[in-house]
Amino acid sequence: MTNKNIKLSEISDIFKKLDVEELEGVTIEGDIELDISGGGGLNPALAYALGHEAAQVSLHVANIARMLGYPVDQLFATSMGAVPAAETTRPNVLDELIPSKFEVSKVAEWNNSIEEVTLGATSADGGSRKNTITLGGENALPYHFDGEMPHRNYVTMDVFDMPIGMAKSVKENYEDVINDPADWAKKVVNDFNADMVTIHLISTDPLINDTPAREAAKVVEDVLQAVDVPIVIGGSGNPQKDPEVLEKAAEVAEGERVLLASASLNLDYERVAKAATDYGHAVLSWTQLEINAQKELNRKLMKQCGVPRDSIVMDPTTAALGYGLDYAYTNMERIRLAGLMGDDELTFPMSSGTTNAWGARESWMKESPMNEDSNWGPREYRGPIWEIITGLTLSLAGNDLFMMMHPTSVEVLKEITQTLFGSVETESLDITNWIGTEV
Amino acid sequence: MKLNSPLEAYKYLPGTNCGECGETTCMAFASHLIDRSYKLTDCKPMVKVNKYSKKFDVLKQLLAPEIHEVEIGVGERAVKIGGDDVLFRHKLTFFNKTALAYDVWDTMDEKDLVERIKKIDDFKKFYVGEFLTLDMIAVRSTSNDPEKFAATVKKVIDTTDMPMVLCSFNPAVLRAGLDEAADKKPLIYAANQDNWQEVAELVQEYDVAVTVFAPNDLDLLKSLAGTFSGMGIKDIVLDPGTFPTGKELKTTFNNFLKIRRAGINGDHDIAFPIMTVPMTAWMVYDDDVSASYWETVIASIFSVRYGDIMILHSIEPYALLPQLHIRDTIYTDPRTPVTVDPGVMEVGSPDANSPVIVTTNFALTYYTVESDLASSKVDCYILVVDTEGIGVEAAVAGGQLTAEKIKRDFEAAEFDLKTRTNYNTVILPGLAARLQGDVEDVLGANVLIGSADSGRLPGWLETNWPPTKK
Repeated sequence: MTNKNIKLSEISDIFKKLDVEELEGVTIEGDIELDISGGGGLNPALAYALGHEAAQVSLHVANIARMLGYPVDQLFATSMGAVPAAETTRPNVLDELIPSKFEVSKVAEWNNSIEEVTLGATSADGGSRKNTITLGGENALPYHFDGEMPHRNYVTMDVFDMPIGMAKSVKENYEDVINDPADWAKKVVNDFNADMVTIHLISTDPLINDTPAREAAKVVEDVLQAVDVPIVIGGSGNPQKDPEVLEKAAEVAEGERVLLASASLNLDYERVAKAATDYGHAVLSWTQLEINAQKELNRKLMKQCGVPRDSIVMDPTTAALGYGLDYAYTNMERIRLAGLMGDDELTFPMSSGTTNAWGARESWMKESPMNEDSNWGPREYRGPIWEIITGLTLSLAGNDLFMMMHPTSVEVLKEITQTLFGSVETESLDITNWIGTEV
Repeated sequence: MKLNSPLEAYKYLPGTNCGECGETTCMAFASHLIDRSYKLTDCKPMVKVNKYSKKFDVLKQLLAPEIHEVEIGVGERAVKIGGDDVLFRHKLTFFNKTALAYDVWDTMDEKDLVERIKKIDDFKKFYVGEFLTLDMIAVRSTSNDPEKFAATVKKVIDTTDMPMVLCSFNPAVLRAGLDEAADKKPLIYAANQDNWQEVAELVQEYDVAVTVFAPNDLDLLKSLAGTFSGMGIKDIVLDPGTFPTGKELKTTFNNFLKIRRAGINGDHDIAFPIMTVPMTAWMVYDDDVSASYWETVIASIFSVRYGDIMILHSIEPYALLPQLHIRDTIYTDPRTPVTVDPGVMEVGSPDANSPVIVTTNFALTYYTVESDLASSKVDCYILVVDTEGIGVEAAVAGGQLTAEKIKRDFEAAEFDLKTRTNYNTVILPGLAARLQGDVEDVLGANVLIGSADSGRLPGWLETNWPPTKK
């Protein structure tokens, strides 16, 4: 028999006709030359078609060999690894991982720094604080690898100049000091690790006690005597009375570099700003969830009232988790991003009235008012976590200073913000088999 | 997506302004494609007419989100994760809220297992017109025994139709689980450096989504994801490891930032949804309250920064409630209005003897008040005052809620208290008590001060309504 060229498909056709009956007496003589033409660079579809034909051929040939009594399956098992005969969707698994290098760039647009604002003054600077606290100075979003965060977050705890209504789980921490702002201030610093104290002069509100400004200023003096951390002085929120109250308070606190809370667009911010600049304090610029209003007020404080850039802290308003935190969060994030990208009217540290979390019913109500809700569980655990998550979320948006109330909230918020800041050391943990954790 | 403006999308559209999509022009439709409020398939001619099919394919590619979208589970409870196009929610919105999976394990006894699944499945919290609920069950193999795992997976399937994550590093265990659950399309957790070939085989055989796990090794994570992609596997989830404390947590946080930033910036090998496991907090804290708190803290961080799916352990309400709310906070579409329209709204079927309650037009305030009253079947009127979208307490402080503004909005709604009601009385929110005298003078009406929280209004009305003086 002479050699002849034959196409794969023809071989396949030949063998297709063969069945067991026809096998008898069949002899295969000579060489079969497989002519796979087409030159280099088979296209994938053609390669697949050829491969398919070749596989069909080998299947037929193998069947013949099997008929002839040759141990075909054994041969395949040793040469190709076990091939399940019926496997049609054999997974495609690579032998090696494809190596890879992860790379990511820093944000190029963040090239403006946030102002540093220092609160409190030590004896070296004419004050009587044991230490000062510096807010701001960031050149990236908080805790991001794009830039070092120069100062950690700080917590100032609320003290009131008269007994006020509080959620039960807050109140039980302060029952022994509720009538004495100086003792209250000592307690938050000594027992609850507050970095600062905020004295709220709420009794000055004409609709509450209408305490005269001069008298309220005495409470400020008491608090400055009682503690040696930097302080924040807050009014009652009454727009008519607050400028006068803050003026008198600023006067008695001269030299201590307090934060005056607050200047806003709906009161005589010029008086508040003047009180701050006259006595060397910083001023809190408070607006309500509106970035353009925040720009306007900051601009007025700087241009119209001459407040130095290192003496402005912003409070763009804190809404509680579940009660508008989405607006508060995004408002702060937009403000911080604008500042980092060069908007000089927004490059100031931020402060949050995190205590607002206690207005959320989930934090204080004994049970859900909605019959359809699942059980809310014990409220003493709900309240602190509500305050923590409200503050933590805003810390991720760039907030620097937190005004807070519950000692557990303060402890946990400080722990997590300082962890993200990078100053908490712990033992290394092996999580490679966390799935097996027994809990 | 690869397009920045409606014009870029417009040139692929038919340009016939046929109006079938509901918009009057193709340009208007194009702008909805860019803000992702419409899908390309909403353009019927693009789908049906043959000559557009090529443009359809090209535009579909261009519109695909930067972060691959992965679907887990089947039917109504199926969850989608990923699909994002931006790093900050105000730039557009985040899509597909973080899926919350709570764990069960295969060494639980059956009664505890069923009870726990039911608690997870049943938990719900009413919020602004809907219920917030939990999404998934993560089944952990603590026994490392394929039979036990299979039995547990089967029990989960028999008890709930929530989607599952099947968790083991042992391919034999995963196979046993998949034999029970493959048609439910669970997410596999996880392929790592050691088992990836066997897991890849399973994933292809059963056609399910897979998590790749490389604790604090972004090169390896990208290599695993790239290798799986190279094998034709599309539905991949990335777990860079969640280290629960100290500097390792700071590193974890930055790993999430890096992965998502690279993905949004166009690194396809790593443009997949990210998994976080806050339950690693339980490896550190001994007591339940501390562990639940820290787990919730971690869950919150990664709800804000780019976690697309998470595995959690605590099912205490004080953990679940903030977890549900922070997830909702971040994934609420910031383009939806803050406000509702001012005016007088009716709850139930009010008449002349019904109370008139004042609130603000901040959407959250209004819906909270409305649902509290409706849930208790109170018939009443609500005056929604235009406070520029500010809540009661802040609006009183900021001067957006005043007697004059209450009067203005009653007049705008043409609602005369004296003719429409028998009592000439309005009820102010407890947090607006200081306005009482002003409102009495300006409206010439009686003013009652309601509860500080509208959840207590129905109870308050029981003792204070109808008023004693007319």
